[in-house]
Amino acid sequence: MAMNYSDKVMEHFTNPQNVGEIENASGCGTVGNAVCGDIMRVYLDIDENNVIRDAKFKTFGCGAAIATSSMATVLVKGKTVQEALEVTNKAVMEALDGLPPVKVHCSLLAEEAIHAALWDYAEKNGIVIEGLEKPVSDISEHDHGHGDEDDE
Amino acid sequence: MRQIYLDHASTTPVRPEVVEAMAPYFTEHFGNPSSIYPLGQEASDAVAAARESLASLIGATPREIFFSSGGTESDNWALKGFARANATKGRHIITSAIEHHAVLHTCEALEREGFEVTYLPVDEHGLVSVEDFKAAIRPDTILASIMFANNEIGTIEPIRELAAAAHEASVAFHTDAVQAFGHEPIDVNELGIDMLSASSHKIYGPKGVGLLYVRRGVKLQNLLDGGQQERGRRGSTENVPGIVGFARAAELAAEEIVPERDRQLALRDHAIRRILEEIPSAKLNGSWESRLANNVNFSFEFIEGEGMLLQLATRGICVSSGSACTSGSLDPSHVLLAIGLPHEIAHGSLRMTLGRDTTREDVDFAVDSLKATLQNLRMMSPLYEDFQQGKVESVIERFKADGFPYAN
Repeated sequence: MAMNYSDKVMEHFTNPQNVGEIENASGCGTVGNAVCGDIMRVYLDIDENNVIRDAKFKTFGCGAAIATSSMATVLVKGKTVQEALEVTNKAVMEALDGLPPVKVHCSLLAEEAIHAALWDYAEKNGIVIEGLEKPVSDISEHDHGHGDEDDE
Repeated sequence: MRQIYLDHASTTPVRPEVVEAMAPYFTEHFGNPSSIYPLGQEASDAVAAARESLASLIGATPREIFFSSGGTESDNWALKGFARANATKGRHIITSAIEHHAVLHTCEALEREGFEVTYLPVDEHGLVSVEDFKAAIRPDTILASIMFANNEIGTIEPIRELAAAAHEASVAFHTDAVQAFGHEPIDVNELGIDMLSASSHKIYGPKGVGLLYVRRGVKLQNLLDGGQQERGRRGSTENVPGIVGFARAAELAAEEIVPERDRQLALRDHAIRRILEEIPSAKLNGSWESRLANNVNFSFEFIEGEGMLLQLATRGICVSSGSACTSGSLDPSHVLLAIGLPHEIAHGSLRMTLGRDTTREDVDFAVDSLKATLQNLRMMSPLYEDFQQGKVESVIERFKADGFPYAN
């Protein structure tokens, strides 16, 4: 199936921002699973004013999974923890000029990965982030479309 | 940018000689073969010549060749047509778990009509066991359909032995030969094939045309009711330019079939050896011994196939994958799952299929690009990070420990 990715998605896929790890990160979250074909891990470095100084990611997944992780880390960098919560999957999609319908779940996973990292930060520091719910660590029920290969 | 097309199992470019042979049948010889004036006769003669030519290439007679719109229609026609025409003799059909969806989904449709279907498993190389096949035959089995060669992993099935086993029990034998026709020499009598599906666009012919070989005496119901075309077996005005092009492509393929197969086989083995030697955590999918000459299929651990395909595409390399993300469905390829791959490495599969124009330089460039791409994606992968830190075990290591020979 040919993927109609926007130029922005291709830009973030071919030249992803913030790939890597953060040692002694303030928060780290991993979501997804290998069986479904996508896993995202986000590291956040958060300063004493609750501002996200740095964000890094590692992703196992398709082009859209890599592009949404990249964009999500770009969007939360420099924001406060509260502001970062407003970086929804819709915001990630809009910033990427849209995603093909079968790839919308990638943006949900990116949002979930940020939330997982924030949850880890909150737990480590014994604080409650208003509006943050415990993330689902294993999003296996995501909504893929159905299609066939085309060899005949 | 230089483009390297390594997806010939998907489709092939039409050869210039084929385009040349087809061209007059769009314009000056545009007639309907059913018309009685000379314009119609010219078209009718061209279809007859094409039928004769294609028949001779597989050892059949012209009356045993029926034109269709492609491999999918031929498979539908063979299975549905045979099952419906022979339902009074029995309602059981045998096929394999790794068939193309043109066969698998047709079997599912027949199950909804009340037929019973046995989907034979395959071994780790993708081979159907002749013993399993024999054991699956029941008194009410009427038809078996086993592909000549698999489209994803290239495994060539033991067709002669399977057909013989079918005949011993008076079961008709169909084979989907879409990937093998024009690539491997095929003689339907020598192999004991009762029905065979083939497609034009896999052999440098046009899309939208295929054939079904039906051995004399084998009863089929029509799939397309209509006019008297194909001796009343398939209504629809013949795709004259397509049929002419298909026959020309098959003739050209036949002229070079063995040397070209051997040339591609050497390139294939070069690619397989290089990947096994130079790329860690890689596993060859399918059999090395019983394999189409143009097929290279690997799983690479810790990465997902679509990302690999997209990165290779930015380097001008056209290949395919059995990952779920490239098919748009939730599950990775049914073929890779059938040979026992866990989901996580089925997602990381890559298929390169070589063609007539593929050179050793192309293969080397593709393997070099693959190495760079994998390195890049693995650096981004949380699974690779965990693996390097010893937090997770390698799935491919498990295959090696279990004695699978072609993995690194």
